[in-house]
Amino acid sequence: MLHIEKLTKRFGDKIAVDAANISVGQPTMIGIIGRSGAGKSTLLRMLNRLSDASEGTIQFEGEDITSLRGAAMRDWQSRCAMIFQQFNLVPRMDVVSNVLHGTLNKRSTLATMFNLFPQSDIHKAIEILDRLGIAEQAPKRAEALSGGQQQRVAIARALMQDPKIILADEPIASLDPMNAQVVMQSLRTIHEEDGRMVIANLHTLDTARRYCDRVIGMRDGRIVFDGTPEQLTTGVARDIYGAGADFSEAATSTEIETLDRQKVIA
Amino acid sequence: MLDATLGGSTPITVDSIQSSYTAQVKRRRLYGGLTLLIFVLLMVSGFNVADDRNAGGFWDGLHQIGDYPADVLSEAWEKRAELPGLVAKYFPALVETINIAAVSTLIGALGGLFLSLLGTRGLAKWPRLIPLFRRISDIMRAVPEIVIALMLIFVMGGGPVPAMIAIAIHTAGALGKMFSEVAENADLKPVEGLASTGATWSQRMLLGVLPQVAPNYVSYSLLRFEVNIRASAILGFVGAGGLGYELRNAMAWGPGRFDEAAAIFILLFGTIVFFDQISSHYRNRLTEGQGQ
Repeated sequence: MLHIEKLTKRFGDKIAVDAANISVGQPTMIGIIGRSGAGKSTLLRMLNRLSDASEGTIQFEGEDITSLRGAAMRDWQSRCAMIFQQFNLVPRMDVVSNVLHGTLNKRSTLATMFNLFPQSDIHKAIEILDRLGIAEQAPKRAEALSGGQQQRVAIARALMQDPKIILADEPIASLDPMNAQVVMQSLRTIHEEDGRMVIANLHTLDTARRYCDRVIGMRDGRIVFDGTPEQLTTGVARDIYGAGADFSEAATSTEIETLDRQKVIA
Repeated sequence: MLDATLGGSTPITVDSIQSSYTAQVKRRRLYGGLTLLIFVLLMVSGFNVADDRNAGGFWDGLHQIGDYPADVLSEAWEKRAELPGLVAKYFPALVETINIAAVSTLIGALGGLFLSLLGTRGLAKWPRLIPLFRRISDIMRAVPEIVIALMLIFVMGGGPVPAMIAIAIHTAGALGKMFSEVAENADLKPVEGLASTGATWSQRMLLGVLPQVAPNYVSYSLLRFEVNIRASAILGFVGAGGLGYELRNAMAWGPGRFDEAAAIFILLFGTIVFFDQISSHYRNRLTEGQGQ
């Protein structure tokens, strides 16, 4: 289904992603872990074609994604939805309008300008919001919502695209634990009920273990681990995060930072 | 989790949300359509009024719009051998024009700096006088350069100095406004830190505020310099010297001296492109270099 071969991204002489190879046979929920700057976000951005690859290819169902240009590239982007850490909604527009932005690829600029979305799309948007449990917020401005609600609006926008793949770049990194659970559970439900592939960058190990079928570990741009959550032992996790022997099992990135700081003090 | 404003004891169904939102969308589309209609009506009626009052008539004159440039171009092409000589002849006038622009930008930027610091909340030396300094910069910006220049030429006679003063006054007003908007966003913590050491107001501004705002200030000043080159060329038309003065003479003489007009156009166009490129290059470097 999805084949990534030797995918590389350079910024000047710095290599952000170094010859990544990933092959996915069927819709799976994949978690990518690694510390900040490991190249997780760059990898997802290349998949969505928000940024171009320096080398290598991405193939989806036999189609070469890396060579797409113009309208064909935007068509791919509409089939490959993306969710961001900071939600990236239009803050001054209402929730339903933000969800309807998921259909922009199929609409002309003129129709968008006069807000001429079909009635059926509006109803579908509200149904998706209802599925995510935030239908009551429909007429409010996106900026009036809490972080967790905004992230669910972003997921609704992604679902409105009816995508094959949903990419989630640190979807829960700016949410409190309660909202993080709701958002991760929504992504898992979407994967199980709709059979869509979900690829999520995650900061915390336990989230990856709990929600994902497959975990990919990245360190300094390279893929250093690719396997099931069960294979992700503490030793492997230490390697991925480059942490010492005092690395704890349920460690999060914040905890690693505190560990590092303690080492400096000591 | 129902919102208080929507909140009723009855649960809100998807259907009711859909119908109420659809009604909202319809209302919004109606307003949008009406706004568009009013806009089109205003445009059409405004155009007709303007066309009626026009001495010649827009549609009658439209086909003649290319005549003057065509005359200038054809005559300049016939005498193309003389063009380099003419360009060299008018080069000193160009230097005068750029000189006026450079001096007035420098003086105006200095004036704008003081107006902005004295007119920004949190930074002003005399907080009660903030409205005064703001109004001063409003007035300086509101009066067009050409009006000030005409007044000064009437008093002092023609030449580059009145033009310089006129542009400097306008620049100080315009930059004062832009500068104070940048200064409003400056971080006040360094200023407070300096105040705690017993620094004077000018020391606090110089060391606490200027380092933060300098890249933006320089960038705005460079933009203003570009604008001022154009302004100083225009002021030549009212007798303030420089390239504009020569251009007016060449154009007023009519056919026979169009080659001179063409030479001046080439100089003016080349200069504006040149300074546009240089200043946009440096402005980019300033804004991109900020993060480093």
